[in-house]
Amino acid sequence: MSSTETQPEDTPIDHRTDLLRQMLRIRRFEERCAELYSASKIRGFLHLYVGEEAVAVGVTHALSEDDALVSTYRDHGHALARGVPMDAVMAEMYGKATGCSRGRGGSMHLFDVRRRFYGGNAIVAGGLPLSVGLALGDVMSGRRRVSACFFGDGAVAEGEFHECLNLAALWQLPVLFCCENNLYAMGTALNQAQAVTDLALRASSYGLTSWPVDGMDVIAVAEAAQRAVEGVRAGAGPCFLELRTYRFRAHSMYDPDRYRDKEEIERWKQRDPIDGLAADLRAHGELTDDELSGIEEGIKKELDQAVAMAETAPVEPVEDLTRFVYAERPR
Amino acid sequence: MAATSMAQALNAALRDALSENERVLVFGEDVGQLGGVFRITDGLTAQFGEQRCFDTPLAEAGIVGYAVGLAMGGFLPVVEMQFDAFAYPAFEQIASHVAKIRNRTRGALSIPMVIRVPYAGGIGGVEHHCDSSEVYYVATPGLKVVTPATPADAYTLLRAAIDDPDPVVFMEPKKLYWSKEDTELRYDSEPLGRAAIRRSGKDATLIAYGPSVPVAMQAAKVAAEDGLDLEVVDLRSLVPFDDETVTASVRRTGRCVVVQEAQGFAGFGAEVAARVQERCFHSLSAPVIRVGGFDIPYPPPMLEHSHLPGVDRVLDAVDRLQFSDEPDGRYLTGVRA
Repeated sequence: MSSTETQPEDTPIDHRTDLLRQMLRIRRFEERCAELYSASKIRGFLHLYVGEEAVAVGVTHALSEDDALVSTYRDHGHALARGVPMDAVMAEMYGKATGCSRGRGGSMHLFDVRRRFYGGNAIVAGGLPLSVGLALGDVMSGRRRVSACFFGDGAVAEGEFHECLNLAALWQLPVLFCCENNLYAMGTALNQAQAVTDLALRASSYGLTSWPVDGMDVIAVAEAAQRAVEGVRAGAGPCFLELRTYRFRAHSMYDPDRYRDKEEIERWKQRDPIDGLAADLRAHGELTDDELSGIEEGIKKELDQAVAMAETAPVEPVEDLTRFVYAERPR
Repeated sequence: MAATSMAQALNAALRDALSENERVLVFGEDVGQLGGVFRITDGLTAQFGEQRCFDTPLAEAGIVGYAVGLAMGGFLPVVEMQFDAFAYPAFEQIASHVAKIRNRTRGALSIPMVIRVPYAGGIGGVEHHCDSSEVYYVATPGLKVVTPATPADAYTLLRAAIDDPDPVVFMEPKKLYWSKEDTELRYDSEPLGRAAIRRSGKDATLIAYGPSVPVAMQAAKVAAEDGLDLEVVDLRSLVPFDDETVTASVRRTGRCVVVQEAQGFAGFGAEVAARVQERCFHSLSAPVIRVGGFDIPYPPPMLEHSHLPGVDRVLDAVDRLQFSDEPDGRYLTGVRA
């Protein structure tokens, strides 16, 4: 589905521009991370979200502050879209004590309990049960909240995926399952791993509402997520969105990306969610070059500041190395 | 005073915890209507309703993961893994999430939950129903690991595990489910982490836990007939480990045998032996000896008595504690008696 098909007449202009701004903010953050990684400022593993921005921005747009979000190891975009401050995310990349996980999580384990952002998780499909448990808790407490979880197409091969879809459907739990189908589970193509590659169809076999969404179109994602969240919040049971997207960069900074055709990558880049929306806004006179430059400048300023703060922030003192494994005082 | 079985004591602990704290939830496979395969949750759904004690599909990783989500949402989940080996599909959640979220969030989130694991042998269960799986959990920082040996302890330790701010793997020695003692079930809010001296003695210390405690007690009784006065320490909590009680006992007796039902190689007994020699070296008159199961998958019913370390194997180890200065031929030849 395309944006023109799904865009409602009354979508406010600043709303669409804000979605663009959010996507750009993630894109520029990721590009800076790649530079900082090459400069050895960021160490360890790094998985970038470039190309998939429409998914994080569109889905989180539909969530309220009180809803929960469970993420994956490709979590920078999710965290930023969720509202985790950029300086706390960047400091976490640096492993600094001012990071959102006090430097202990790093790129793959961003966490922000206050914003109900429950990580940042490197086990494929490992986060799904957490979101189901959060949703079950809400039902038991009589709270009308939604628990959303992101996971990739690779998670569909894991047992926990099936355990969770089944239970959420069986007990009609308020979970929004957001499958970021970027066609590759690291280096293995979806059609090399799954007999049935229509993942929305797979999900529907568990008895939950599911449909595929153009994950390169932020308006389409936002609207689909809005519709899904409304149903889930109203008690209609869980919902599954197959967000068809693509990562423009390799799986991680170590990945030589030998398993993808260059032409295929280029083809998907033609559908860049940022370029697409920017062009559309321009065509409709909703965005001028000056406005776009203004947005870029604002992001650059925010990024520069986040990097500067991360640079000078302290690491957690070595005396704290063995802390927080167990509770430090009785409840 | 009434004779109470360990199964009844555990049931009472869950019942009392459910009554006293509405955040406590009990769930797992067949724990609701059926009351659990060992009837540990018998009657809880009837008394507290399906909102508090309920059945789940057969999906162990899911069960533990849902519990993590519930704990993050303020509940106190107590989940049952039905059998030791049935918990292995849940190991992903236990090792990667349950044990790590406090650390990952630098203390911002606690995951208070109890994972009940009926474990160890003696009931004719073969491979997948009689595993001694404690070593997998004790080697995972962030988990507490507890195992009772008596009905009174089963009650107290389970209550303490539910009250504990950390995740606790609560290992129930299933062959002791039907063991009884005359006891009042009492919970005095003592935190986890204290060993108990089951029998005082001066000649050597037997250190045991869970299913091996009655074996050690019986061995001490037999040894007493031969004039040897053995002390028996019941660890109760493997993590945290009560170095204080263990060290004091071995320094007093100067000799130590560690008894475990699990396979010996790299088992928990190896950790105990290492800690004892590190702390009691100058008090020791003999090497610390481990007695355990053989390094094999758990055998079928007709053979399990040969695998399980019984009184004879414990007494044999006690014999090797160099009470005499005479050379021990068994060491010289390498042949065990």
